[in-house]
Amino acid sequence: MENYTLRKKIGTVVKYIILIAVGFVMVYPLIWMVGATFKTNNEIFSSMSPFTANPTLDGYKNAMNNYGGEINIWKAMLNTYSYVLPKVVFTVISCTLTAYGFGRFNFKGKNLLFSVLMATLFLPQVVMNVPQFILYNNFGWVDSPIYLPLIIPSLFAFDTYFVFMMVQFLRGIPRELDEAATIDGCNPIQTLVLVICPMLKPAIVSCALFQFMWSSNDFMGPLLYVKTPTRYPATIFVKLSMDADTGFDWNRVLAVSLISIIPSLVVFFCAQRNFVDGISAGSVKG
Amino acid sequence: MADTTEVKIVSDSVTAEARARKENRKKVSNEPSKLEKFWKNNFGFMFILVWLVGFLIFRLYPFISSFIYSFSDFHLFKGIQEWGLMNYEDIFTDKKIMSSLGTTFAYSFITVPMKLIFALFIAYILNYKIKGVNLFRTAYYIPSILGGSVAIAVLWKALFRDEGVINAILGFFGAEGVNWLSDPDYALFIISLLRVWQFGSAMVLFLAALKNVPVELYEAATIDGASKARQFFSITLPLITPVVFYNLVTQLCQAFQEFNGPYIITQGGPRGATTLFSLLIYNRAFGQYEMGMASAMAWVLFIIVMVLSVIAFLSQKYWVYYGDEK
Repeated sequence: MENYTLRKKIGTVVKYIILIAVGFVMVYPLIWMVGATFKTNNEIFSSMSPFTANPTLDGYKNAMNNYGGEINIWKAMLNTYSYVLPKVVFTVISCTLTAYGFGRFNFKGKNLLFSVLMATLFLPQVVMNVPQFILYNNFGWVDSPIYLPLIIPSLFAFDTYFVFMMVQFLRGIPRELDEAATIDGCNPIQTLVLVICPMLKPAIVSCALFQFMWSSNDFMGPLLYVKTPTRYPATIFVKLSMDADTGFDWNRVLAVSLISIIPSLVVFFCAQRNFVDGISAGSVKG
Repeated sequence: MADTTEVKIVSDSVTAEARARKENRKKVSNEPSKLEKFWKNNFGFMFILVWLVGFLIFRLYPFISSFIYSFSDFHLFKGIQEWGLMNYEDIFTDKKIMSSLGTTFAYSFITVPMKLIFALFIAYILNYKIKGVNLFRTAYYIPSILGGSVAIAVLWKALFRDEGVINAILGFFGAEGVNWLSDPDYALFIISLLRVWQFGSAMVLFLAALKNVPVELYEAATIDGASKARQFFSITLPLITPVVFYNLVTQLCQAFQEFNGPYIITQGGPRGATTLFSLLIYNRAFGQYEMGMASAMAWVLFIIVMVLSVIAFLSQKYWVYYGDEK
């Protein structure tokens, strides 16, 4: 018996060692990155420690420089969020409506349409990039000053993953609530706004958070549809700043990179629970 | 006697009431026309209308049109001169394209198993009563949420460049540095490591599935003297196969489309070692504006992904356990 408890103890210790080691590998690059932004360029790659004896703000000072005289990191981030925020709002509204339709009503062809919606989940975006570009090009949307190709599809529940997630979530909300609301004289839209939405809140929050993360990190979209330097979002700006100085100004490049993900990091730390719950909600139940 | 009359009166009034109600209903039901009935029965359709319109314009139309373009020499500025199978012939005879296809397969078959095994391993450990589960889970999850961003790709380049941090660490231990990103033998592996590092979301799913495995099964197995390893392979793994399946299909789908990593970190180099298929498609479409050719290549990739998904779906009945009801 003693042998057993001893083995169990050793097992627990081994588990913690593995978890901490893996955790270190996961987080260390990010910590190193933060440290590196305060180092001089000579020092950055000479030591693996994230700390430095003589910190400098040069990286950040240079990070404020304009690129090509037209755009700097702040303008680029402003550009990013000028399409990310509308996209989040539109996605939440359109996906909630669609999920409500599929989750709570019967109509002709519902099952077929829902299968179609599910199928789009497996449709690789790579196949769609070329024809979508041609389509938006015909609409005259490419390099639109208000980022039409990035925003407009979200008005139409384009990211069906969220619809799927919300339909799954809706299944867990008792239908009696809707029925009670109907008896009390609510029409379907009032039922949605007054009864369903408050219950659906966790799913809506997850949807908003994921869309926020995904679209602020999106690289392909802006790469294809934003051509004018003054309109570049942060993702493109970071890529450019790396290309611009090949191997010299790494503290500046890393500072720019870090600044560009600070909003995402803040959002993540404020709402980490929602992310984990959201991931689990959208998946098949095991 | 009095009782029966009362009953009769009551029943009379009941039938009268029923008759009146019936008539009333008739009146009401006369009012809504067929159209209104249809409207009422299909009202829910209004809610999905936005999605349907978007689907038709932004997905179905491009999807079909790209199939049609794939049989043409559509150039963004010169238009279409010729129709035929030439794009597909070119794809299967062009050595560069075929080798990039091979690279894409290699990339996916390195990344996906590594990522899933690692995610399951960590989830398995976290499923024990570990103090600070949330802290660990958060730490493991950060790379997943940020990993797609350009900033992280830049960081990856800083870590693995020839004079990068990893080589500094190796040097610290007296080992010789490796040209991670400039040696064709390693570059692809480093690119796929960036994705493996983002095992967090797969792990979260595994963890949720592991929590659903009934404790009684383990207890019974322990009493029967089954070892931990035996329990894992005979109880845990079979019961979480639905999530393994889900993760496998979604990760495979993602891996075959990988673009950001190689585009930002290595630009497809060194010597084409990280030229994934999506990079070639991008170059054809937006570097050379050969939309027809790019569409054909995208369709080849799409069919590969589809065939793999169909194989996965068909194989489900041999290894995926969906509870007793199925």
